[in-house]
Amino acid sequence: MSGPDGLAIRDLRVSFDGFTAVDGVSLDVPPGDIRFLIGPNGAGKTTLVDAVTGLVRATGSVRFGEHELLGRAVHRISRLGVGRTFQTSTVFEELTVLQNLDIAAGARRSWATLVRRRHGVPDEVAAALDTIGLAGHVDQLAGTLAHGQKQWLEIGMLLVQDARLLLLDEPVAGMSHEERDATGTLLEKVSRDRTVVVIEHDMDFLRRFARTVTVLHAGKVLSEGTVAQVQADPRVQEVYLGHPVDAAGTAPAGTEA
Amino acid sequence: MTAVVGPPTVTTVGPVPAGGPPPGRRRRALRLRAAAGFACGAALLFAVAPLVLSDFRLSLLAKYLCLAMVAVGVGIAWGRGGMLTLGQGVFFGLGGYAMAMHLKLADAGPGAMPDFMQLYGQLDELPVWWRPFASPWFALPATVLLPMAVAFGLGSLVFRRRVRGAYFAILSQALAAAMVILLVGQQGTTGGTNGLTDIQGFFGYDLDDPVNQRMVYFVIAACLLGLLVLARQLIQSRYGELLVAVRDGEERVRFLGYDPASVKLVAYVVAAGMAGLAGALFVPAVGIISPALIGIVPSIEFVIGVAVGGRATLLGPVLGAVAVAWARTALSERFPGTWTYLQGLLFVLVVAFLPGGLASLVALARRRGDDGPPGRFTLWRKRSRTETVA
Repeated sequence: MSGPDGLAIRDLRVSFDGFTAVDGVSLDVPPGDIRFLIGPNGAGKTTLVDAVTGLVRATGSVRFGEHELLGRAVHRISRLGVGRTFQTSTVFEELTVLQNLDIAAGARRSWATLVRRRHGVPDEVAAALDTIGLAGHVDQLAGTLAHGQKQWLEIGMLLVQDARLLLLDEPVAGMSHEERDATGTLLEKVSRDRTVVVIEHDMDFLRRFARTVTVLHAGKVLSEGTVAQVQADPRVQEVYLGHPVDAAGTAPAGTEA
Repeated sequence: MTAVVGPPTVTTVGPVPAGGPPPGRRRRALRLRAAAGFACGAALLFAVAPLVLSDFRLSLLAKYLCLAMVAVGVGIAWGRGGMLTLGQGVFFGLGGYAMAMHLKLADAGPGAMPDFMQLYGQLDELPVWWRPFASPWFALPATVLLPMAVAFGLGSLVFRRRVRGAYFAILSQALAAAMVILLVGQQGTTGGTNGLTDIQGFFGYDLDDPVNQRMVYFVIAACLLGLLVLARQLIQSRYGELLVAVRDGEERVRFLGYDPASVKLVAYVVAAGMAGLAGALFVPAVGIISPALIGIVPSIEFVIGVAVGGRATLLGPVLGAVAVAWARTALSERFPGTWTYLQGLLFVLVVAFLPGGLASLVALARRRGDDGPPGRFTLWRKRSRTETVA
């Protein structure tokens, strides 16, 4: 695998029936970064990811490596190495963990391979099983996994899919503390040869694992930088961290970054 | 940045996977069981049925087995692929008409027109599109390839435009209606409402002869077994897993880099081919193909059998189709007129209370016998979204 590519977004706009959800966003995520996208509800975070992955139409430019993504079909963007997860878990619940991963690994398989039966565990699937810690659950139906395990399975599916840009939409929502820590560690591990973008509301998780942060507000980039820089930005404090509960959390942020 | 720690420490929350024998031995055991089941089925169809059943009942069974072939295809397209196709009659009809056209031409003899064309007297010579069907080398492959080609063209349009769910069901049903209207409207060349009737011979064999009827039955039984082997291979292949994934999360599959339209298209085309073959064999078994046999009502009946038997299983559709067709004959002999209502009721009951069909009862019994937790009444397969935590 060659080194990871960076994501470059220029003047991205998405409108739905006159409502502009993303309004001229430009941002760069360098290779190997763990970028957190934060912002109040309706700031356009998920819409931005939808635009990058081809789910909604957008104008402007989104480049990943040397490829322009806008205007391509969803599955073609995916084949360029862009993978995403959703707010609600979307594993195939009636298939086993192994089947889920095997399907994720197979988009480039020929029909001749497809019409034959799977024998054993493909190497990349075994590696991913190790990374996400589900090696003991290979034959379990994905629908019966615990919530956190499902999210890890999703991330594992991105790994075997050979996604080099991971777009994760609230990966730790609903997780316990231990599961959050494990997820954060997992993100650090996978970011060694991949670029990771995370949408997250959990400030504690952000302080611990974000390398850089972009704050979106009303469809525009409000602030960008390290956790400390962003938290020191008065505009951010005003629209996002303004209320006392979050403002209290600014102090220990300096330990990170 | 802190040093990278190992994989997430997994606190085992969910049930621990069942240990059981190693996968190699389990697979061999499964294969053995499948082979044994296949042998049992073959023995039933080839030895028991011809011994036990009268010629009349055997020819009825031949007809049911044709319907069962359609059901195998519906099981793949609907049960595994989630495409509720209410228009399999179109493909059944294409196969049936292709075969019947050839047999009519063969009955009439070289160069002559089929009897009904002479009767209606509108035509001076055989229509151009009938001519190739005089050759068995064209007609026989056409019974399967023609429906597949039509399904391919149709599916390419429909699936790429992301028509699915109820819209797809209605569209496929409308197609069955359109086909009937087309056939009825072209009475001079298609036989109209009557269809193509009174078929005498089957590649040189007289169909009135019970021995030959028996041969037709054997051909049909062999074809059904063949389709089951094919379906099993398809279901258990990687493609089969992918198809279920598309059924349960079409958008998700798209984000994995697949085009779900082509995945669905394959299942739809395969199902159409199976329906075509069934239609083709239905003609020598019953001696007729007509619009009434391929329209909306029969198309829905194909689906009812599959639903009753268990759409997502391999054998469920076959057994369901045969059972429903048999019940139809038995009950409409005794209570003509009430069958339609019974059939409707049956469909509603199955869909409402047993979405997995009768096959889910078998699965339930097996689970009870093995290690099923006591006191769990999961009669039907849950379309489990219950685990999703917001």
